[in-house]
Amino acid sequence: MSKLLEIARERVLILDGAMGTMIQRHKLTEEDFRNDELKDHESPLKGNNDLLSITRPDIIKEIHAEYFAAGADIVETNTFSGTTIAQADYGLNTEYWVYKINFDSAKIAKEVADEFTAKEPDKPRFVAGSIGPTNRTASLSPDVNDPGFRAVTFEQLKDAYRLQVRALLDGGSDILLVETVFDTLNAKAALMAVDEECAERGVNVPIMVSGTITDASGRTLSGQTTEAFLISISHMPLLSVGLNCALGASQLRPYLQTLSEKANFLVSAHPNAGLPNEFGEYDQTPEQMGDEVEEYLKQNYINILGGCCGTTPEHIKEIAERTRRYAPRQLLVDSPQSIDENF
Amino acid sequence: MSEKAKSAIDRRQLTVDYTLKLSGLEPLVVTRETNFVNVGERTNVTGSARFKRLILEEQYDTALEVALDQVRSGAQILDVNMDEGMLDGKAAMVKFLHLIASEPEIARIPIMIDSSKWEIIEAGLQCIQGKGVVNSISLKEGEEPFLYQANKVRQYGAAVVVMAFDEDGQADTYERRISICKRSYDLLVKQVGFNPGDIIFDPNIFPVATGISDHDNYAVDFFKATKWIKENLPGAKVSGGVSNVSFSFRGNNAVREAMHSAFLYHGIQSGMDMGIVNAGMIEVYDEIPKDLLEHVEDVLLNRRSDATERLLALAENVKSKGKVKVEDNEWRKGTVEERLRHALVKGIVDHIEDDTEEARQQYDKPLHVIEGPLMDGMNVVGDLFGSGKMFLPQVVKSARVMKKSVAYLIPFLEEEKRRSGDTKSSKGKILLATVKGDVHDIGKNIVGVVLACNNYDIVDLGVMVPAEKILEEAEKEKADIIGLSGLITPSLDEMVHVAEEMQRRELKTPLLIGGATTSRVHTAVKIAPKYEGPVIHVLDASKSVGVSSDLLGTRKDALLSRITEEYIELRDNHQNRRSEKAHVSLALAKSNKVKIDWAKYTPPAPQMTGVEVFDKVSLSELRDYIDWTPFFSTWMLKGKYPRIFENPTIGAEAKKLYDEANAMIDKMIAQNMLQAKAVVGIWPANADGEDVVLADGTKFCFLRQQGKKGSGLPNLNLSDFVAPADSGKQDHLGGFAVSVFGAQELARKFEEEHDDYNSILVKAIADRFAEALAEMMHEKVRKELWGYANEETLGNDDLIKEKYRGIRPAPGYPACPDHTEKPILFNLLQAKEHIGVELTESMAMYPASSVSGFYFSHPESKYFGLGKVYKDQIEDYAKRKQLDIKSIEKWLAPNLGY
Repeated sequence: MSKLLEIARERVLILDGAMGTMIQRHKLTEEDFRNDELKDHESPLKGNNDLLSITRPDIIKEIHAEYFAAGADIVETNTFSGTTIAQADYGLNTEYWVYKINFDSAKIAKEVADEFTAKEPDKPRFVAGSIGPTNRTASLSPDVNDPGFRAVTFEQLKDAYRLQVRALLDGGSDILLVETVFDTLNAKAALMAVDEECAERGVNVPIMVSGTITDASGRTLSGQTTEAFLISISHMPLLSVGLNCALGASQLRPYLQTLSEKANFLVSAHPNAGLPNEFGEYDQTPEQMGDEVEEYLKQNYINILGGCCGTTPEHIKEIAERTRRYAPRQLLVDSPQSIDENF
Repeated sequence: MSEKAKSAIDRRQLTVDYTLKLSGLEPLVVTRETNFVNVGERTNVTGSARFKRLILEEQYDTALEVALDQVRSGAQILDVNMDEGMLDGKAAMVKFLHLIASEPEIARIPIMIDSSKWEIIEAGLQCIQGKGVVNSISLKEGEEPFLYQANKVRQYGAAVVVMAFDEDGQADTYERRISICKRSYDLLVKQVGFNPGDIIFDPNIFPVATGISDHDNYAVDFFKATKWIKENLPGAKVSGGVSNVSFSFRGNNAVREAMHSAFLYHGIQSGMDMGIVNAGMIEVYDEIPKDLLEHVEDVLLNRRSDATERLLALAENVKSKGKVKVEDNEWRKGTVEERLRHALVKGIVDHIEDDTEEARQQYDKPLHVIEGPLMDGMNVVGDLFGSGKMFLPQVVKSARVMKKSVAYLIPFLEEEKRRSGDTKSSKGKILLATVKGDVHDIGKNIVGVVLACNNYDIVDLGVMVPAEKILEEAEKEKADIIGLSGLITPSLDEMVHVAEEMQRRELKTPLLIGGATTSRVHTAVKIAPKYEGPVIHVLDASKSVGVSSDLLGTRKDALLSRITEEYIELRDNHQNRRSEKAHVSLALAKSNKVKIDWAKYTPPAPQMTGVEVFDKVSLSELRDYIDWTPFFSTWMLKGKYPRIFENPTIGAEAKKLYDEANAMIDKMIAQNMLQAKAVVGIWPANADGEDVVLADGTKFCFLRQQGKKGSGLPNLNLSDFVAPADSGKQDHLGGFAVSVFGAQELARKFEEEHDDYNSILVKAIADRFAEALAEMMHEKVRKELWGYANEETLGNDDLIKEKYRGIRPAPGYPACPDHTEKPILFNLLQAKEHIGVELTESMAMYPASSVSGFYFSHPESKYFGLGKVYKDQIEDYAKRKQLDIKSIEKWLAPNLGY
């Protein structure tokens, strides 16, 4: 895995863009979310995008291929909600289904990546197993009248993540990406699950962590500043730390600057295509977004760059082209725990 | 060259970073400059009897306040310990940490999870999102559990305190300490892969001077072990529980404080990084009397065999003398420079004129006295204040000394100036004013004093100063900086106006904005865009010096570019946030009003209707109603009365201030210096939609919350608490205005004597009296005049906590922010005619120490904040008030959500 680091020294690595935005283009119906095994499943499944890796792998593979073709080095698996906790909404919170979602998602992404690597051996492609935040928070109470209450425990989160991690690795993920972290305690449970799984397998998988600054307060949903967030997850030897979602590239800039100055890991960003309009749509064009991320590149903030909500292969293509003219951020201080030679 | 070899070279060129970095909601980075990290120890059931009782009685709210106090008094890490036999420690730890997580002010700092039981530690680790500290693990039970626990701590992402403890027990010699620490370190770094920078050793602080000769070398061994650890175990940190060392001298705080301070001094010299310390139990090392220090250090450093006996003997002496002020006049024996410095630092005016005269005779020119010893002294004061070692009341007293001394020198200075044509050297001229329509000036005066202490020339234009006057004076005086202050919300608009005027006149002078209702956001969004010159919001007096010196010095450009960037970001954020705030239409909000079943409720009939005047309220009766907490916050001392006195950092100063305020009150009462007057009214009234209409047709218009509410929570409007006309029940509405007169005149007298301290004190007290009078009248109304609560028996604490039935919201405050209801109320009360209180054009009350408001009697009535309101409601409100939308929007500007 020294390959990733080798490339990261030379240039900015490109991550893919939004999965959901691309799926929406296909105007899918309930049928698309079902197969023989699921034809009698009671709750509606439409909207459970992760399931498409099983029921419509053709669509998911096509999206991965479009992003690779646009210039992405890394695509994320279609597993943002692939935990027993998040799948409970669809009644698919069994070990069988959650394992299958993650395994199949990783497997098809890896197949596409391998095809591209075979075609362009000097530009190897990678698969990052996407580990989402779940829909529960370990350090916030959902009940305003009972601040001591928690809807999920650390142990429950860790167990759920452990299953996801196992399936993602079995399916062939090269990297694990703990992303859209809005509660750092959830992320810590995910990191512990990764650590335990890797220890059991005796492997060293590169880990990316990407937090979410929810609004202009500059804090995560659970209230941490960017630097506090960074410190709270720095106990693991990460490949990269970064920010994604909630904000557009220009709003994200000051927080990215903090990471760039303080982090002893590579720094990543995959911002949204601007802020949503009144209809909740993202209408920033590739050029507009390109102008905004170019600012990161000028300031030397970045090692890994991609897109989140509202971004498309056109955006990624634009971003990839802009990065060509700039050198990646250099790591300044080596901490005892930063990048391991095993990578 | 292979990739691997290249990376190895990269590595060698890089410095290894062993900095200890912790986090709560915010980071705590321990660097060499941090010097010493102080761990708050009061949230520990084994160390605090009070905290233990609160937890056992499940009074978690109050227990949280203990944590908050720790944070406010400067704890950088919060130690939490629930090891108590009578307690389910694990459950208590989890519950307390969950609650802390919901209190941002506490959750700001990292948590130290303190327990001797691993299961409690692990439960705690599962509750903290930040990087905390585990306190502690050790080799006590052998290597296996040690390695298991250490690996878990690493996975949870915490730093760890390791006790110097092994299978054979606690280390009590130098050799045992270092060998256990070395062994632990190697296991942690080599086997567990622990970051060395996250390892904190506690090499055991034991009591000395116990009379047992084996204990004599305990402190020395600790220091030596600390030094050894820092030199031989790269990255490792050292901590300890300091108060243990003085255990033998329980009850003798003078000796204990000296011991703690000397211990810390030597500990830090040896490399100690942090400690669990009661900050109130430490003397300043330099201030420990020489002989006591010598005796204490003899013991700590084990310098002589009879050290313990000698310290015990001296301790008897120190104790019997108690805190006798033997050396009080010792300082009079110093040189004149030393005496001036001492007088300035301690705020003693007694000898200042004599000393100033003596200095004047010694120096060539009177100016040199100011530039020499006086400024030297004030620099010491400035440094101490800047580093948090002096508090505002002390600084104001220092300024009083300075002013007296300068006042004494002024005739000589002028004489000198006349002779030589010399000009005086100040750091710059700053013009201060409370804006038009506003009469509040305590904060502005504090800023003036603090700046004057720092050698700025202050031109204070006073209160209610119109923009034209401010700018004319600024030009005439060639002010380098203009500072505006205000307390009531309309002042915000006036400040915008001043900024516009400055732009029109094409000024470049920096504009500083301060005062209770001002904020960075408002300054960035509303004021700064109006003026091309620098506009900076200054949070409080302590910040004013830094900003002024940056503005007038070489750091100006750096400051301005930082501020500009910050403000642009604030504006962007503001814009974004506005577009996202969830709200509901007025129609929907109205349908979600407070549901009161009027059919089942009989509004209480008052004992009187109409207006009653109380123009000779006794101050001594009133004094019992004073809520002291805001008084302290006026002086930038944060904490609740009376617990603020126990605060280790500011407690002593708060107590002193309190005593002086009470002495002032005694004098005010004895000499009848202030007059407290009140007028209250109760009128038949019913709600009519969003308004409350009195029997005589007078109408009060109120506003309804429009924020999107959770299920079961109403969108409140004060009118919801009054029976509507169609209920067929006769209800009532009350109103009041209370004022304290005489403070202005008294304060002016002090100002003429260059005594800002007492001037500010007088005004702050008058404010408290006005609030107390409002509280007292409300009680009178509840119990007698309206009489619906004649059974009520509440102490002052309960009054402050608002435990009574009914409310007294004030126009211009959160529940009814529209100031323009005030003249209607004043008219009804005939407030001016009856007691003499007036309204300015900005609807501020004059005198400043005044309170007015409405009375609502319904048991469900409660205080709330209106929050943002939207166009539909403003249009409706304008119609109801028969005012144009523009002027409504102006008065309610801070509440507009669009």
